[in-house]
Amino acid sequence: MSHIRKPRVHHPGLARNRLGLTRRDYEGAMSTLCAGCGHDSITAAIIEAFWELEIAPHEVAKTSGIGCSGKTPTYFLKEAHGFNGVHGRMPSITTGAHAANRDLVCIGVSGDGDSLSIGMGQFAHVVRRNVDMLYIIENNGVYGLTKGQFSASADVGSKAKRGQVNREHPIDSVLLALNLGAGFVARSFSGDKEQLVPILKAGLRHRGFALIDVISPCVTFNDHHGSTKSYQYTRDHYNRLVYADFVPPAHEIAATYESGDARTVKLHDGSAITFRKVPGDYDPTDRDRVYGYIRERQRSGEVATGLLYVEPALEDGGNASDFHGIQGTVPEPLTECAFEDLCPGADALAKLQGRFR
Amino acid sequence: MKPTDTADPRHYHRVVDCQWGCPAHTNVPEYIRLIANGHYTESYLLNRKSNVFPGILGRTCDRPCEPVCRRVRLDGEPVAICRLKRVAADLRDDITGHLPAIPQRKNGRRIACVGAGAASLTVANDLLPLGYEVTIFEKLARPGGLMWTNIPEFRLPARVLWEEIDQILDMGVDLRLNAPVDSLAALLEEDYDAVFIGSGAPKGKELKLPGRWDSEQVHIGIDWLESVRFGHVTECGERVLVIGVGNTAMDCCRTAQRLGAKKVRVMARKTKPYFKASPWELDDAIEEQVEILENHSPSRFIVEEGRLVAMEFDRVTWSPGDDGRLRATVHDTRVIECDEVILAIGQDTAFPWIERDIGIDFNRWEMPVVDKATFMTSRAGVFVGGDAAWGPENIIWAVEHGHQAAISIHAYCEDRPLTDRPPEGMNLVSQKMGLHEWSYSNDYDEAERVKMRHVDLQERFRRLDIEVEEGFDIEQTLTEVERCLNCDIQTHFEANLCIECDACIDICPLDCLTIARNGPEEDLTRRLTAPLLNYPEEPLFISEELPQTGRIMVKDEDLCVHCGLCAERCPTAAWDMRKSDLLVPYAGLGAGESHPTLLSLAMAGAAGEAAAASGAER
Repeated sequence: MSHIRKPRVHHPGLARNRLGLTRRDYEGAMSTLCAGCGHDSITAAIIEAFWELEIAPHEVAKTSGIGCSGKTPTYFLKEAHGFNGVHGRMPSITTGAHAANRDLVCIGVSGDGDSLSIGMGQFAHVVRRNVDMLYIIENNGVYGLTKGQFSASADVGSKAKRGQVNREHPIDSVLLALNLGAGFVARSFSGDKEQLVPILKAGLRHRGFALIDVISPCVTFNDHHGSTKSYQYTRDHYNRLVYADFVPPAHEIAATYESGDARTVKLHDGSAITFRKVPGDYDPTDRDRVYGYIRERQRSGEVATGLLYVEPALEDGGNASDFHGIQGTVPEPLTECAFEDLCPGADALAKLQGRFR
Repeated sequence: MKPTDTADPRHYHRVVDCQWGCPAHTNVPEYIRLIANGHYTESYLLNRKSNVFPGILGRTCDRPCEPVCRRVRLDGEPVAICRLKRVAADLRDDITGHLPAIPQRKNGRRIACVGAGAASLTVANDLLPLGYEVTIFEKLARPGGLMWTNIPEFRLPARVLWEEIDQILDMGVDLRLNAPVDSLAALLEEDYDAVFIGSGAPKGKELKLPGRWDSEQVHIGIDWLESVRFGHVTECGERVLVIGVGNTAMDCCRTAQRLGAKKVRVMARKTKPYFKASPWELDDAIEEQVEILENHSPSRFIVEEGRLVAMEFDRVTWSPGDDGRLRATVHDTRVIECDEVILAIGQDTAFPWIERDIGIDFNRWEMPVVDKATFMTSRAGVFVGGDAAWGPENIIWAVEHGHQAAISIHAYCEDRPLTDRPPEGMNLVSQKMGLHEWSYSNDYDEAERVKMRHVDLQERFRRLDIEVEEGFDIEQTLTEVERCLNCDIQTHFEANLCIECDACIDICPLDCLTIARNGPEEDLTRRLTAPLLNYPEEPLFISEELPQTGRIMVKDEDLCVHCGLCAERCPTAAWDMRKSDLLVPYAGLGAGESHPTLLSLAMAGAAGEAAAASGAER
């Protein structure tokens, strides 16, 4: 752990976004994670994405559970709302926050341990409910905070630091989310910000649930020979399956792509994602084919990355199947609702109770 | 781009901007750390090794180190390097025992130096410990050259000057005062193995305008300052005009203030951006209520009945001509009444005493042709340094010339080729003290530059020898030392250890680092994390290929604050903070070597005696 804070002095040419903020204004506290932790790179990518999207930090709710990943929201957007919940319960807390105020930009940071073991039920249901949030799984295959036991995402045959071999079948969050009906599913790598930042931006702009599973090597317990989540292994088996560029609303989609080489998918807010260098038979909007393709790449030993699946927006730009659409919630934040509407009084309660007699 | 060879001392030397900017390569960050730790004597000795006159320079140096200080590029104000040097000089202990021991038995070589200024004294300082006999011929009654005659005592107290000059004279210089050299040919006839000319630039420039010689009230600045120094001039008229805005002009106008002048005006032909004086010397003069008038070009002296009564100036403005050079447009004339005029418009070398037929080539400016590296003239065995070599510079340049000339003289006397300059060396040592602990204060201190306190305006004018600057007190010193960024504690990178986790890139507060595919210079330099601001003056570090992806690590050295966070966040210690110690050779000393001192010899002697005694007991 460093004894000094990151000095506030910065490059004189540091750019400001339309809010007048520099990238440095989106930072948080000094990380206390191990030096070289992939999570810190993801934090840096999150900072970059929020800065580029020009989202005001106070409009953001950042939530997390327990584990190394649970600590990370402290390290970005120090002016955002934050809640560090109990193990695996980040989805419920985020659901509650977003139910109360749909104007919040919700980002939940979880880990493979937090989401795929103790929080598995929570994870499944937040996907089902299609809560409008960006859900990041910082996936390193181990419980780093308790000294490196295998997590539920560890691959069969993967070796622990002391030589034990994992024999239990892994849970793949990407395949799981596709199965559960998620509208935005991606996988990336903490060591590839060039890919990660545009996906984060698209995920933040996607209306509905967006999952990004990020391979994030644990330098202390899972970065050795025999690990399938090390920097070296990930790089050796890395396949950038699709290249996705995020195009904000009101920007011309660059015409530099060769026709037939690029494909554009519109998001709900008018922004768009342009896919390029997509393999010939790959369709990022066809859930079944995406599922099959990823399985196939996995069998051949590759780590398929990129924005793998995205549900196109409806013609009117809306998403009737998201949490608020299904529940019929009020559009304005609850804090802005009149007191009488929120608490209609004893008569209304008696009337409601009467319906159940 | 090609990988950077960090084993070459020049790369890390360039990163230490102050040391790179100092002609004598003074190890600034190290001496500042020594001050921070209260090791004033050690700090003084480290200074003395390279710049010979730390007490003098801590008050008078032209500070080539400060404008290039990295702090300027970060918060606009350099570390007060020069005045911290003075702290070491003010607070040090007696250093007699730490000075080089002078051999009793001489090496039989005799060197003559002309002029007892900074350059000649440095030559003597470097050669005496090697057993040379050095004779210095000085035309005036006291040594010191311009340090004595032209720097007023309110800037440089006499005791500081004499103490540091005596350190050298006491090594055994054969000093001949009141001994002008009238003929180099005659000097060369004498029994000297080499001659060093450090005679300075003693001739003040003239202003050949009507009326110049019609009164006794027009003076040449440097001559006038010398007369003041020797007590020949003790007062001056009420209204004084100083012509010129260089550092000599600043000394003249401030001296006039102390000799009874009521209205001192400095007359400038151009505007402030073109003033030659160092900004801090201008500030000090302005603080003393000297008026500086811009765009006044002198046209004539107005003398009535043998008395200067006024000067006439053209009032001009300047605009660039077709060739880009500024040209003056005269608008009107202005007469300014005055009692005295001091001309401080530059100075020249003067060599009427060097015969033109003794094998020394002169150029068309009547200056001897001197080799830039060896400091030798076209006549073997005759060397030139200081202002005498290429015209007026400042003390620190004269010192460096002295060091280099001494190396040449030593080689010349030993019959070695002068062009084989001894190489510089470098020590590179990790500063890691614990998991995230370093041997230096690595946090970035946002403190502003400490302001030097000055003696009260009324008080300081009472006498000529009241030093205006009070020096830093301990609190000011402790604040200022923390502003130093320790640029010599290098971010050292070993490419083969890097796993490309990006931790260093994410943590770097100045966005200095990039991992990228290599490419040609114009392409790679456009793909960096942050735009380059001062490339190529500030170098890039280019690593070997990284093992996992074959990309390279690039570091822009320009704005790095040496906070060490890259090394702290590096899981494999591919980054490490290492102190680069530039090892500078001197005459008779290879890189990193030093002379035995009186103290070290005494201790060795004591140890030897003790060993002998214990042996006898057994």
